[in-house]
Amino acid sequence: MNFLAGAFKPPCSVSIIFADGRTRKQVPLKKENGQTVMVPLFQSQENIVGEVVIEPVQGKKVEHNGVKIELLGQIELYFDRGNYYDFTSLVRELDVPGELYERKTYPFEFSCVEMPYETYNGVNVRLRYILKVTISRNYVSNIVENQDFVVHNYTPLPSINNSIKMEVGIEDCLHIEFEYSKSKYHLKDVIVGKIYFLLVRIKIKNMELEIRRRESTGSGANTYVETETLAKFELMDGAPVRGESIPVRLFLSPYELTPTYRNINNKFSVKYYLNLVLVDEEDRRYFKQQEITVYRLLPTP
Amino acid sequence: MIADGVENEEKWLAAGIAGLQQNAFYMHRALDSNNLRDALKYSAQMLSELRTSKLSPHKYYELYMRAFDELRKLEMFFKEEARRGCSIIDLYELVQHAGNILPRLYLLCTVGSVYIKSKEAPAKDVLKDLVEMCRGIQHPVRGLFLRSYLSQVSRDKLPDIGSEYEGDADTVVDAVEFVLQNFTEMNKLWVRMQHQGPAREKEKREKERSELRDLVGKNLHVLSQIEGVDLDMYKDTVLPRVLEQVVNCKDEIAQFYLMDCIIQVFPDEYHLQTLEILLGACPQLQPSVDIKTVLSRLMERLSNYAASSAEVLPEFLQVEAFSKLNNAIGKVIEAQVDMPIFGAVTLYSSLLTFTLHVHPDRLDYADQVLGACVKKLSSKGKLDDSKATKQIVALLSAPLEKYNDIVTALKLSNYPRVMEYLDLETNKIMATVIIQSIMKNNTHISTADKVEALFELMTGLIKDLDGAEEEVDEDDFKDEQNSVARLIQMLYNDDQEEMFQIICTVKKHIMTGGPRRLPFTVPPLVFSSLKLVRRLQGSQDQEENPFADESSTSPKKIFQLLNQTIEALLIVPAPELALRLYLQCAEAANDCDLEPVAYEFFTQAYILYEEEVSDSKAQVTALHLIIGTLQRMHVFGVENRDTLTHKATGYSAKLLKKPDQCRAVYSCAHLFWVDDQDNMKDGERVLICLKRALRIANAAQQMSNAARGNTGSVSLFVEILNKYLYFYEKGNPQITVAAIQSLIELITTEMQSDNSASDPAADAFLASTLRYLQFQKQKGGAIGEKYEAIKV
Repeated sequence: MNFLAGAFKPPCSVSIIFADGRTRKQVPLKKENGQTVMVPLFQSQENIVGEVVIEPVQGKKVEHNGVKIELLGQIELYFDRGNYYDFTSLVRELDVPGELYERKTYPFEFSCVEMPYETYNGVNVRLRYILKVTISRNYVSNIVENQDFVVHNYTPLPSINNSIKMEVGIEDCLHIEFEYSKSKYHLKDVIVGKIYFLLVRIKIKNMELEIRRRESTGSGANTYVETETLAKFELMDGAPVRGESIPVRLFLSPYELTPTYRNINNKFSVKYYLNLVLVDEEDRRYFKQQEITVYRLLPTP
Repeated sequence: MIADGVENEEKWLAAGIAGLQQNAFYMHRALDSNNLRDALKYSAQMLSELRTSKLSPHKYYELYMRAFDELRKLEMFFKEEARRGCSIIDLYELVQHAGNILPRLYLLCTVGSVYIKSKEAPAKDVLKDLVEMCRGIQHPVRGLFLRSYLSQVSRDKLPDIGSEYEGDADTVVDAVEFVLQNFTEMNKLWVRMQHQGPAREKEKREKERSELRDLVGKNLHVLSQIEGVDLDMYKDTVLPRVLEQVVNCKDEIAQFYLMDCIIQVFPDEYHLQTLEILLGACPQLQPSVDIKTVLSRLMERLSNYAASSAEVLPEFLQVEAFSKLNNAIGKVIEAQVDMPIFGAVTLYSSLLTFTLHVHPDRLDYADQVLGACVKKLSSKGKLDDSKATKQIVALLSAPLEKYNDIVTALKLSNYPRVMEYLDLETNKIMATVIIQSIMKNNTHISTADKVEALFELMTGLIKDLDGAEEEVDEDDFKDEQNSVARLIQMLYNDDQEEMFQIICTVKKHIMTGGPRRLPFTVPPLVFSSLKLVRRLQGSQDQEENPFADESSTSPKKIFQLLNQTIEALLIVPAPELALRLYLQCAEAANDCDLEPVAYEFFTQAYILYEEEVSDSKAQVTALHLIIGTLQRMHVFGVENRDTLTHKATGYSAKLLKKPDQCRAVYSCAHLFWVDDQDNMKDGERVLICLKRALRIANAAQQMSNAARGNTGSVSLFVEILNKYLYFYEKGNPQITVAAIQSLIELITTEMQSDNSASDPAADAFLASTLRYLQFQKQKGGAIGEKYEAIKV
């Protein structure tokens, strides 16, 4: 690529500069090649304002059929790689066909952009936002420049946030009751709860709480479900007796969670579960899974 | 297999230590470079070594201690971090990100300790959080050590009264609550240990559990150290909560250890004020728990407390300590049907010691205890359990030791009833103990009732008990009986009437003693009685006895009693002893001017002499006694005296050996010449006796000559010479100078004759006799003149 890049070096450089680039919060974003770059963070309904600078290589002129900038929200399903589904597409024409001889700056603005979905990098799916500048040319390929940015959408505190309480068991063998104080957690939240042992007839070795992410992509026959265990947190060591209650306190901040996505444009969903696992001395696992809702709370300044 | 196990354990321990040290090394490096993230990572890894299940508690402790030391360094680091401005709250959260629970909780406790110190949050909240979170460790050994760690790091940070952590929100109540909760959880874990693992390793597990008990007990110690735990709080909160846990855990080892722990760590006055609560728990313990030891220790502590200062005694009264203890013991014994009798007796013994210390004035309490003991024993019959017997001896000895006075013990009506349950051997030992106590303390036992009671106690020594086919060592028997004899001498009352009653009582008892004991017991009784007679005599001399009615004690009555007493010796038979006693009585009767009585005694003595004393040596001794006694009698009229002296001289002449005859006869001479009685000076008969003695001495010499070829010693003659001199000096007109001189001559001739065997003793005797003569001559005066007449 390098020598090709050298050989077919684009005749000009294109850069996209955000108007509030200095002050806007930057967040890390993992690129396709595995590198992490810092990109600006936006949320829905924000104005995305900036300018595009095109600077032809010294002494060259660039002939073009027009310059445009697009704001794209794309979903890429990996089983259908290379095929982007744009759920948002806004275009601003920057220039009419002509020639460029020197550095030229084009301001642009997308006001109150509807960006309903958050940036997401999953196992089988990716949702991303880009600003794409295209310099259309005849006979030769267009000059294209992409700028990623990240969208996070914040949710207010839920008005109803019931606890999760449930009694489960295997008859005459194990009865437990567990309680998590909430069913909805924000990303830096703490899961607090208690596990009551009502009947213990098996020799328990330990107990853990797992956080699992269930990513479901596609639809119908083409549904792919991928489950990842993001956290394994030991709650108890040793065998409890009847009547014991074991506290639960799990901080979510160390884990890379995203909010729950119920249905993203009918393409995919991401859900979170708490999985309570009891392991007996023969390493048999007894578990009960409960869905929790994860949301993004506006960080308090 | 087992050796293998030990070896493996060593290996595991070594591996654990190695892993721990390696991670500790990285942790130190992180600490040195102030790298918090790495410090947490490596410390968590280091603590992961404590997650092992392969080590016995003992080895696990070793590993724990190493981790403990490392955690101290980490704590220092946390403190510095906090000083550098790192938010301790963030730190508190950060350590909770660790995935494994055990390292997480160790780190949490460590940070928690710094958190309290920083005072950024109320101590009580942090403590409460820590003690709650520790519930996550349900493995007994790991849980116990973790909680022990918590207890260790928090003990100097409790919001106690006067502590720097005390505040508006933090009170001592929170401190107590925290320790209590930790204690409860630790105890649960500890008790649960017994159910873990296969049944065949039960013993090993019990041992391991015992090794861990101090971890649990330490909490009680911490509680006792909290300044703010005053009596009210102890009574209302601490004790009920601890006891609740103790009772509910239903575990033998734990209940015993913890009860003991409670008793040992909390102050005496608390125990005293909460006796009811503490004791209330006892009957609820498992039947297999060794409550007797627990209660004994409690009572021992309280006894010592009572002994420590007189000021505390009112407290004991105020709380009615005795009745509470008594009730509790009753209930415990009732509840624990299987308790060996040994246990019950031990309990009573402790209770008795307690009451003696605390309520020395309340004999009724002591008696109650004994009564309860009797009740318990009555269901079992005689004891054959040596441990129980030992305890009973201790039980019975306690009042003696305390009061140093058997009289007090005699007031305890149940005392003899307890003794009834002892086997014979022990009964005797106990009786001996009692006597020794009396001897040692010189106790006066001064009423017949007490004497009666005392003898009841000592039945074992006084008479053969049923089925007493025991082999008794002769020496032991003598010792026993001698001590009884000494005891009889100790019984005394100034009041003669009462003294007589005492004597009657003693007599009644010793008469049951049988032939083996009578020779030991009769003489002291006789002498004791004679003493009384003399006292009566003395008081009669001073005043006309105002109580001279039928019922009052008179010498006559005593003599009647003595007569019966001595008669008892006849069945033994012990004629010589009886004879001596008769003579003693006769002499006493003489002093009382009771001629018939004296005569009767003499008659008895004579009869004995004639019928029972057959051994010639004994006869000689007896006869000399008779003569000696008779000589001193002045009560007899002429007739009686004649009869008796006549008999005595008769007996003298009938002795077997000539020298004996001779000596008896010249002794009889004294019967006719009583120096201080003018009507008793019959010189003639004196002379007759002496002459007769001379004759016998002669005959003896001749017999000896015939039988052995020499005339034997002249000592008989020298003895007779002495008698002559005596009567001469006393003025017997029948003894003439001529007779004396011829006797001296006879002796000197005899001594020079070839036939006589030389006898240095006789020579010396003669020499000193002659020297006496010389001496008297030189005295001058009437005596000198008298002796001057004798020419040697």
